[in-house]
Amino acid sequence: MFNAVTLITFLQRAIVQGIPILYGSTGEILTEKSGNLNLGIPGIMYVGGISGVIGAFLYEESLPSRDMINPFLAVFIPMICTVIGSMLMGLLYCFLTTTLRANQNVTGLAMTTFGVGFGNFFGASLVKLTGSDIPSVSLTATSKFFKASLPFADNLGWFGKIFLSYGFMTYLAIIIAVIAAIFLKKTRGGLHLRAVGENPATADAVGISVEKSKYMATCIGSIIAGMGGLYYVMDYACGVWSNEGFGDRGWLAIALVIFALWKPDIGILGSILFGGLYIVYLFIPGLALSTQELFKMLPYIVTIIVLIVTSMRKKREHQPPQSLGLSYFREER
Amino acid sequence: MARNENKVKEPLFHIVKRSSVKWYQAWGVRIASIAAALIVCALVTMFLTGKDPLKVYETMINGAFGSEKRIWNLLQGIAMLLSVSLAVTPAFKMRFWNIGAEGQVLIGGLATAACMIYFGDKLPTWALIIVMLVASIAAGAIWAFIPAFFKANWNTNETLFTLMMNYVGIQLVSYFVTVWEVPKGSGQIGIINQSTRAGWLPTIGDYDYLLNIIVVLVMTIGMYIYLRYSKHGYEISVVGESENTARYVGINVKKVIIRTMLLSGAICGITGLLLVAGTNHTITTSTADGRGFTAIMVSWLAKFNPIMMILTSFLLVFMQKGANEISTVYRINQSFSDIITGIILFFIIGCEFFINYRIVFRHKNKEEK
Repeated sequence: MFNAVTLITFLQRAIVQGIPILYGSTGEILTEKSGNLNLGIPGIMYVGGISGVIGAFLYEESLPSRDMINPFLAVFIPMICTVIGSMLMGLLYCFLTTTLRANQNVTGLAMTTFGVGFGNFFGASLVKLTGSDIPSVSLTATSKFFKASLPFADNLGWFGKIFLSYGFMTYLAIIIAVIAAIFLKKTRGGLHLRAVGENPATADAVGISVEKSKYMATCIGSIIAGMGGLYYVMDYACGVWSNEGFGDRGWLAIALVIFALWKPDIGILGSILFGGLYIVYLFIPGLALSTQELFKMLPYIVTIIVLIVTSMRKKREHQPPQSLGLSYFREER
Repeated sequence: MARNENKVKEPLFHIVKRSSVKWYQAWGVRIASIAAALIVCALVTMFLTGKDPLKVYETMINGAFGSEKRIWNLLQGIAMLLSVSLAVTPAFKMRFWNIGAEGQVLIGGLATAACMIYFGDKLPTWALIIVMLVASIAAGAIWAFIPAFFKANWNTNETLFTLMMNYVGIQLVSYFVTVWEVPKGSGQIGIINQSTRAGWLPTIGDYDYLLNIIVVLVMTIGMYIYLRYSKHGYEISVVGESENTARYVGINVKKVIIRTMLLSGAICGITGLLLVAGTNHTITTSTADGRGFTAIMVSWLAKFNPIMMILTSFLLVFMQKGANEISTVYRINQSFSDIITGIILFFIIGCEFFINYRIVFRHKNKEEK
């Protein structure tokens, strides 16, 4: 059954599956720490992905030949597009919920509707809108640079396969998660952010700008989540956009936030676990097609169990930020 | 001293909560925001299709009202969305964020489909329909009861819990779809009992959807009365306003939470029944078609008033049908309707601010001493 080779392959694929979820959940943790429950994350990840695709597509189209592609620009342009696209989504969310004090759940769900629609629409009609002569969006040339791993990784056996066989965005995800964890736990800025999420009135009273913190956290969170979309298209899907291809990973990212107890460092391990649960049905031999569908429930069931257990144990450091989902209006206290 | 006080910077404007808003002011703001949204949508459509915006609106209206069949489709769409919205409303009034309607509807539909498949040739029609009704209500209610139970006892976050339950429900449906698939390997069930029509809800006259629409209409009025004039409805409002007050006046908060969620899930179950036995006669993972999420916005936009929800669900269904027509006529991708719906929602969500708050600009203080 599980011999060493399949175990290594399983681990490697679990990590690959987990990375988009990790981006999404790190972004969402930052956002939720400011008290914003952003249910628009799935939409933002779609927008992040498609923005990168649009950038890369326009860049590739502007070249007379694919061989002239500049490695730096091929990576830089999609990333900048993703940053801009997902930041605009974050700004929109913040404008509606923080400045206009709209309901966060409603706003988030509307953002998801919009974002998924936006991604699928441009994914399907990009070729037609730009009047180009290729049949579908396939950015293999750009994807090559995103997927490039260390050249000597193959020579290092299992070690190379598990730790060194990925594109740079995999490591970026882990680095971002570690930085986010340190930021939240060890720095003054993180302390302020947590204060805003727990009790904005108190934070306001000690002179922390609640609005500014919420805007910063949500926008940066959105950018990180958007990167997950970019990673999915460019690295996982080899530069080929397929509609609905991203699936429910955005919601899994929100599930991972709960699983990780609002801690980005636990999120790193959690994402690998979720990635593994997501694909474990492929590695258990002799499963009927129908049973495979039951196995796909696992990440959600695990999340529900974590949610229940943490709420029963009532340990204070494991609870959601106290003002999560609530708008703050100074005059209303 | 006086000088120092003058130096305190007064912001350009500040925001004041309105104490009371007249209904015509509120609706004026809403209509203005919808108008603004329509203009933005027209601009977006023009940009993407290069067509005259008036033509675009014409196509939209044509898509929704263009023929008798389209009008029936529109009414059916409104009825189904309204039905899910009715289900989530009592929970929202109680500030219980049930975003699991999608899963509750699917499970209700799944129970219906199971009855149709297993009892289709064993029970007479009337008995079968009763069994289906009971099964769908029970299934929806159970799916809602689980998060409600944990919320009531341990204050488990219901938004996240119900959200996760959606995906468990979706996977359960997709499991049964592969178990029941006809023919094997097709990945879908196809029309259930196509030859015998066992378990199909009866049609009134030649109108396929009339029964659905009547059922939902009755539920709408029932929900209006329930929330407005019944003791239960009053308890829901009190719990929603403040749990502590509710506890103080002797309302059993736990009981209210669980009871209301059972009701919410039961109506979702009925919606599943209407969708499976009254409309599609099959089940897929997209039977609920995102209505569980759209319903939240319908209910919220109507300020939890069931009668107003007829209007808001009309607006959303109209936009979807209209945008679908645009995408067919101008050959652009179907997802276009999601973009349009999203834009309209952003405007309506944003406009609530101007109903509840007032912006006061800084005025120059002329009597300087």
